Amino acid sequence: MLESLIFTIFNGVLYGMLLFMLASGLTLIFGMMGVLNFAHASFYMLGAYFAYQVSVFAGFWAALFLAPLGVALIGALTERYGLRQVHQHGHVAELLFTFGLVYVIEEVVHLVWGRTPVNYQVPEALDFTLFTLFTTDFPAYRAFMLGVAIFMFVGIFLLLTKTRIGQVVQASLSHPDMVGALGHNVPRVFTLVFAFGCALAGLAGVIAGNYFITEPGMAWNMGPIVFVVVVFGGLGSLGGALVGSLIIGLAQTFAVQMTFSIASVLADMGLAISEDAFLSGFWFLELSRIGPMLPYLLLVLMLIFRPRGLMGTRAD
Amino acid sequence: MQQTAKSQPGAAVGFLRRYSLWIAAAVVVLVLPYIFTSGSSISMMSQMGVMVVFALSYNMLLGQGGMLSFGHAVYFGLGGFFTLHAINGVNNGAWSFPLELMPLVGGLGGLAFGIIFGWISTKRAGVTFALISLGIGELVAASAQMFTDFFGGEGGISTNRVTAANEASIFGFNYGPQIDIYYLVVVWAFLATILIYLLTKTPLGRMANAVRDNPERAQFVGYNPRMVRFAQFSLSGFFAGLAGGLFAIMFEILTAENLGAIQSGSVLLMTYIGGIGIFFGPIIGAILITWLQTSLSAFSEAWVLYFGLMFVFMVMYAPFGISGIIMQHYLPYKTGLLKRLLPAYGIAVIPTLILLVGAVSIVEMGYHISTSYLPSRPMDLFWVSVVATNAWSWIIAGAIFVAGVFACRWSYRKVGRAWDDVNETLVERGLA
Repeated sequence: MLESLIFTIFNGVLYGMLLFMLASGLTLIFGMMGVLNFAHASFYMLGAYFAYQVSVFAGFWAALFLAPLGVALIGALTERYGLRQVHQHGHVAELLFTFGLVYVIEEVVHLVWGRTPVNYQVPEALDFTLFTLFTTDFPAYRAFMLGVAIFMFVGIFLLLTKTRIGQVVQASLSHPDMVGALGHNVPRVFTLVFAFGCALAGLAGVIAGNYFITEPGMAWNMGPIVFVVVVFGGLGSLGGALVGSLIIGLAQTFAVQMTFSIASVLADMGLAISEDAFLSGFWFLELSRIGPMLPYLLLVLMLIFRPRGLMGTRAD
Repeated sequence: MQQTAKSQPGAAVGFLRRYSLWIAAAVVVLVLPYIFTSGSSISMMSQMGVMVVFALSYNMLLGQGGMLSFGHAVYFGLGGFFTLHAINGVNNGAWSFPLELMPLVGGLGGLAFGIIFGWISTKRAGVTFALISLGIGELVAASAQMFTDFFGGEGGISTNRVTAANEASIFGFNYGPQIDIYYLVVVWAFLATILIYLLTKTPLGRMANAVRDNPERAQFVGYNPRMVRFAQFSLSGFFAGLAGGLFAIMFEILTAENLGAIQSGSVLLMTYIGGIGIFFGPIIGAILITWLQTSLSAFSEAWVLYFGLMFVFMVMYAPFGISGIIMQHYLPYKTGLLKRLLPAYGIAVIPTLILLVGAVSIVEMGYHISTSYLPSRPMDLFWVSVVATNAWSWIIAGAIFVAGVFACRWSYRKVGRAWDDVNETLVERGLA
């Protein structure tokens, strides 16, 4: 029991930090430009594929740096030649643009790498067991992922709060006109923030692509969850994104482990429900099977009762 | 008395003129199966009819109400599942209901869930609404995997419409042949289109527009924006469910995919490409996209890419879709200025074709290499046999593409100038 509890917490935190790598970029872009980037998970997928391609030629460590750079470049081009053009038509048009981008990026991935998963593996240098607690092994690569995610969180935090660039970015968030009047090129700041957010998503793709599977469906699998995290934590709030990521990550990981249902709980309390009762499918549903829908339930409830999210500042 | 006697023939002519578009459309859809007689085209046209209703119901939200939904397939799919269970109920002898009216079951199912989810999600418009719709869409799609009694799990729910029609049918058809289904779909689609059109003329339709444009002012006039959105949303759910019911009758099977994100995305794309600003826009979009889906997918693996690129370029350069482009030419056409645009268009056609040939060649060769078992096998590209693994093929295709880009930039500038000229003249004449 204790063993599984500890490892569930480990894995939940790990999954949560991975979500955070995606969510941080998304929430940063939203906070800054008011753009909800539907294609954010597509950039995550691109990161994984770029990393695979680079690692074929130059190994994992080169991919760790080059793939996010490549994704950042694509992100910058997207912002400069796509989003900026759409911006004049309003936020709904921007949302639609990034929605179309999801299709385009997925198809480009089909085009270049085919429809089947690519063989992107954990590097040999990290492919060992870090420690064994009780009877379960903990792979070193998971610790590495956790390390990268934490390093990234601290990095963003320091970048935004302690450096001049961070101050300009934060100022552009609330007073773009004033920042422009002070001689900063605000549109370029936007491009940089978009590219930076995409690079973060790309980095998440690099370290998660080999841990999970690098396949064309990974963007659709991840996209909605990241949205949930960002909305749950509060749009535009980095701290909220962190808390939201951890909550969703832990909730989903724990739910998978739970095998009890409403009926079994009631039975423990002495209220047996017969197998052929009304809505028996519902009463006998195991919690583990609700896992996939839990985040969306949280999203809908949060949007109804507290639309600005846990730590968000704006309602819409 | 004299006046009424006089106006009698005038009224008939006026009626014909006023509804000429509708009458023409009715005639065309009734005659179409005699022109395209093959089974596959009749089945495709039936599908178009279903999608027309679905897209129109979607535009009740996006175009008329300003609500961007990422989960509209929920109502379509649920309506379909309700219809399937209703037909199975007839087959089991649980009840009796004519097959012709089965889409109504779907519509009521869509309406019921439109009311439930609409109440939750219409409190706010804008991005919050879009996100709630996304959440509800994923929620329902995820629960479809769980409640296997209703959704049938992996295999979905299937039925047999013929036995149900033999049990109870108003017109006595058994709806076995595809052509029967076509006419069933056409009648329902036509009815739904008229109803949705009439709805835009009601106070509700007008207020939906007002709430879309400026909810605050609508509130000052005395309407609750939320109630307007809610009513619009519920009715839209009804028509989506109706479309889902027709879909279910047509295919006799539905899986959880039919209410998932892909279906939701596809209705958004077809509505937007058709154009959300004008009533008939979604009709164009539904017909065009269904045709592309069935015909393009038959001979190109890359059709989703073309589809996605078309959508992205539409969002960037033609936010009012195909119908918007058509309506843009209405005033020049009426004033006889269209002829000033035509030369520029004529010049622009060839560069556009060059660009498309270059781009399509690159994409198709890429797909050939990544998906073919034997990439070095020659492929047919614009009636030319091409070896995709040969570097020269790529160089030539790339050169055509680049040439097309430059020629397009040059010729589109001419189009722009022609438009400036036309707009200037319109302003001079006090028409724009």
